[in-house]
Parts: sequence; C-alpha cells; structure tokens
Amino acid sequence: MSLRVDTITCTRGGLTVLSGVSFSVAPGEALILRGPNGAGKTTLLRTLAGLTPPAEGRVDAAPDSIAYAGHADGLKAQLTVAENLTFWTGVFAADGIARAVEAFDLTDLLDRRAGNLSAGQKRRLSLARLLVTGRPIWCLDEPTVSLDTENVARFARAVEAHLAGGGLAVIATHIDLGLPTARSLDVTPFTRRARPASGASDDPFLSEGAL
Amino acid sequence: MSIWEYANPRKFMTTSQAVLPWVAGLAAVLVITGLIWGFFFTPDDFRMGSTVKVIYIHVPAAIMGSGTWFMMLITSLVWLIRRHHVSALAAKAAAPVGMVFTLIGLITGAIWGQPMWGTWWEWDPRLTAFLILFLFYLGYMALWEAVENPDAAADLTSVLCLVGTVFAVISRYALIFWNQGLHQGASLSMDAEQNVADVFAYPLWTCIIGFLFLFVALVLYRTRTEIRARRLRALIQRERMA
Amino acid sequence: MIELLVRDLRLAIRAGGGFGLGLAFFLIATILMPFGIGPETGMITIIAPGILWIGALLACLLSLDRIFALDWEDGSLELLATSPLPLEAVAGVKALAHWLTTGLPLVAAAPVLAVLLNLPPQGFPWLLASLAVGTPALSAIGTFGAALTVGLKRGGLLLSLLVVPLYVPTLLFGAEAARRGAEGLDAATPLVLLAGITFATAATMPFAAAAALRVNLR
Repeated sequence: MSLRVDTITCTRGGLTVLSGVSFSVAPGEALILRGPNGAGKTTLLRTLAGLTPPAEGRVDAAPDSIAYAGHADGLKAQLTVAENLTFWTGVFAADGIARAVEAFDLTDLLDRRAGNLSAGQKRRLSLARLLVTGRPIWCLDEPTVSLDTENVARFARAVEAHLAGGGLAVIATHIDLGLPTARSLDVTPFTRRARPASGASDDPFLSEGAL
Repeated sequence: MSIWEYANPRKFMTTSQAVLPWVAGLAAVLVITGLIWGFFFTPDDFRMGSTVKVIYIHVPAAIMGSGTWFMMLITSLVWLIRRHHVSALAAKAAAPVGMVFTLIGLITGAIWGQPMWGTWWEWDPRLTAFLILFLFYLGYMALWEAVENPDAAADLTSVLCLVGTVFAVISRYALIFWNQGLHQGASLSMDAEQNVADVFAYPLWTCIIGFLFLFVALVLYRTRTEIRARRLRALIQRERMA
Repeated sequence: MIELLVRDLRLAIRAGGGFGLGLAFFLIATILMPFGIGPETGMITIIAPGILWIGALLACLLSLDRIFALDWEDGSLELLATSPLPLEAVAGVKALAHWLTTGLPLVAAAPVLAVLLNLPPQGFPWLLASLAVGTPALSAIGTFGAALTVGLKRGGLLLSLLVVPLYVPTLLFGAEAARRGAEGLDAATPLVLLAGITFATAATMPFAAAAALRVNLR
C-alpha cells in the first residue's frame, strides 16, 4: 500500500495551480507539504483525494484507500458527538468508535451536540473520523488549526500510531509535528507562477496566437 | 482533414471568418425574397384571408426555435464526450438565438391565433410545448451565467440540456394527452394531402431555408464573440498570475 | 446507505431541520387560493385537484435547496464524495429522504385540505393515489436541480427556474388523474403514466445528479 504521484497537473476553478508534481510515499511514511498561502497545497490534496481529477499525469493508489480531511470539519451541528462518529462508522463499515474516541479524548463529550463544541473540540471530532474510516492513506489539510499544544501532541501521536500500523499520510501544515519518519515537500517550485513557460499550452484559448 | 479540426479555436476563427459573409448574405437574400414573395405575390387563403401571411415568419421561427435546441443537444454531447471547447461555446452562443426564435414563434402564433381562434392564447399542446421550451432556454442561459468556472458551466449546462431534452419530449406527449388542441396539423409534410398549396409552399420553403442560414450566421457570429471573450478571460488571468 | 438515510431523517426532525416547513407552506398556499378565487363553492370544487397539486409542487420546490446545501456548507458533501458510497447512491438516498420528510407529509395532509376545498368524495382516493405516486418524482427531479445549483450563491431562484419546466409532465399527469377522479371519470391511465414517470426518474435522476455533483465538487 503506497501512494505514487506521477507528474500531475492540478487545477482549481479551471485554472492550473500546480504542474509537474511527482512524489511517492511508502507505508509508514509521512509527507509534509510546505509552501506559502495560495501555493496550491489544498488543490494538491483535493486532487489526491479524487475530488478534482488531475488535468495531466496520474495518482496511483489502491481504490478506496484515501481518507480526506479538508478545512471544513464536516460535522452536523444538530447531532451529538457520538452520533456524528457513528454515522461515519456506518458509511465506512467500521467496527466502532471506541478507538477514535480514546485517541482524541472525546469520552466526556460524547453526548454533547457538535454545534455546542468549541472550535478545537470540533476539530478533534473531525480528526477522530479519520480513525473510523480505517483507510491507510490520510490526506490532511491544515489538521491542527484551532488545536492547543496538548491536542497537537495528541494528534501527532495518532498520526504516529497510524504510520506505525503501516499507514501513510500527506499533511499540509505549518507547524512541526515532530514525526520521526516525516519528509517535507515544498510545493512552491511546482506552482504555475514559478513556471510561466508551461502555462502557455494548457489553455486552448491562450495558445492559439492572435484570434 | 477531419471535422474535429474545426474544434480548434483558431481553425474555427479563420474558417468562420471566411464563411460568415456568404452565409449572412445568403440569409438576407433568402429571407427578404421569401417574405416579399409571400407577403405580396401569393393569394389570400380562402378561409383565413390575409392572416395566413404570418405563416412566412411563424413556421420558420417555430422550426428554428426547436431546431436550435436540437443543435445545442448535439454540441453539448460533443463537449461532454470529446471536450472540444468550441462545441460548448457554440451551444452557449446558440441559446439566446433559439430563445428569440421561440419567442417570435409564440408572438406570431398569438397574432395569428387572435383572428382565427378568437383568442390570443390557447393552452393548446403545440403552443404550450413552445412556452415550456422557452422556459428551458431561460433556465439554460441562467445556469451559464450563474457558474463562474467556464468548464464547470459547460459541463452543468450540457447535463441540463440532455436531461431537458428528454423532459421536453415527454412534455410534448403529456400535453397531447392533456389537451387535444386547436392547432392545425403540420403545414409541410411528406403527406401531400394535408399540405399547403404550392403557391404558399414555395415562398414558405424559401423563408425556412433563409431562417436556417440566418441561424447559422448568428450562431457563427456569436460563437466568435464567445471565443474572443474566453481568450480575453484567459489573458487577464495570465496577467494576474504573472 | 441506510445510515445516510437515518442521519438525514434525524437531522430533518431536529431543531432547525426544517421539517414541517413544506407542510406549513402547503397549508398556507391552499388556504390562500379561495381568497383569490372567490368563495363560490362550485368553482372551488372544480379546481380543487389542481390547487392541491400545485400547492404540493410549490411546497416541494421550496425545500429543494436544503437537499445538498447544508452538506455542502459544512463540508460533509466532500467527505461523502470521498467515502465508499457512490455519489449516485448519495443522491438517491437524499431524494428518498427528501420525499420522506416533505412529500409524504404532503400526501398525508392533502385529504384534510381537500375537505376545505369541497373535493367530491369519489375524488379522495384518486387525489391521494396521484400524490403518493407523483411526489417521489418531484423529489427525484428536484435532487437533480439541487445538484446542479449546489454551491452557487443565490442558487434558490435559479433552482426553481431550472426545475419547474422539468416538473411539467409530472404535474400534468398527476393533476389529470386527480381531476378525472374527482369528476368520476376513469383516472387509471394518467395514474399509470405518472407511475411510469416516477419509476423512470427514480432510476435515472440519481445518475444525472451525481454527474452534476462531481462537477460542482471539483
């Protein structure tokens, strides 16, 4: 189970954001995506997750092996913490929520409505969903937003446990998670801005000379 | 030389530029000839009197009103299957043309219906079907306007065009079931018994072919504009990115 | 799939879920009609099936944008799209949930409103049957419209503009069956045609809706 990305071009809203991105991540490995705001980390993660198909190149991963967590928490405010997690166990045919609840310290919150949680608590709940999915490849977009130091450490331990179990992760983040097997990938060299020459061919309305 | 080469914006622009004056000229000659011939050089109908002369606008407009949607269906399919941008833009360019043809068909129908049936509007299946087609055009154009990303807009409007076509056909038969209708049968068909007399048919055919050329000219012209607008958009975006 | 249905039903009945709003709109729209038309019982009796069908259709239309909008805003739709559930199944379940929370209550409320509109007794079974058979088609077609406009700002009005022409055949056959039933005529033919539309839309619309969702999620 590994993730291989072969010279992909990622688009967002019809515009090329990244091109020529290649990397591979082996089981037990984590890849940390770096780059300034707007460099294209989110676009890359959405492409890996299959939401935005790559305009060129290919993403090699076993089908149904990627768990995605974006900026939005994806929680239902009217449902309790337990109901939110149980819903995803049903969708992913998982055994239960116990491991996820324990990993993100949600036991005391189980009966609270998700809408009444603090931002950090919501984030923990949304990250707990990753354990419920049981999928080996995690694609995480700024997972530590709104988490305090203690919970960042808790999250890092969850990622470590995931990696130790043969999983792998691609994480866009600005903070140091202290993961021993982490590699960094700066996406800046792949951004469209950095390679103007390649931009000419991707839009048929740009390449045609004077109309 | 394959037909798909015209899907290249540049090839389309050069070819359409060469063809457009001829098509537009032919459209003008045919429409003017057909209308003058029909209005001034045909006898009045023995039942309908001079009101029959609206046929020379009504029938061609109605044919093009529904024909345009069919053309949009084909170009939408080409976009969905082969991803040719010009095809999607041609569908976008054709929609307002088809909408206006449909509207002309509806208005001339009302003008004709008033003296014939004694009412401006009748919920006759044919009339109602065109009214619904008009709504389809409105929705299609509104969806193009609402979606910012042009490729996504092309995808969504193409799916709407496909689904809308199926529902338009179902509506047509549902309306016949609903109300048998006052509208006369087809004016032109292979069944010679029901056709209009030749004196009316010749100028009518001239008008229909004239309207067809008018349609082609308008769609070519508008597609050229859409291609330029897209190019402008792409250039502006490149400037912003740089 | 069942858990998505259960979740949507649960969300609908919890506070802020909007359950009952469609029903209330149906009630208001139907009660308003006689005020606009005049109190002549004879006239109202004649047009009662049509009023009830249009009231149901508008109530349905009003609630369509909730089908995907809430899941879109909180990010659940993205997560569902990356889950093992195919988007076609998501769209189908969403349509079913919409029908259970909007269409079915309308069917249940229709007889009460039919009494207010002096619907002849022989019309009741046909009215109920036509609404029960036809409202699933309204939900299925509406799900496609909601998928087309998900994520658009001010999508609500556009959604109505797109969906109303698609509703025409369903309304024609449904109201025709109810009208013929009320007049004591044979209403079986339009009812069978209506059932045909419902089966056809239930089978095909989830695919069209999923295609539109994929484009909008890109």
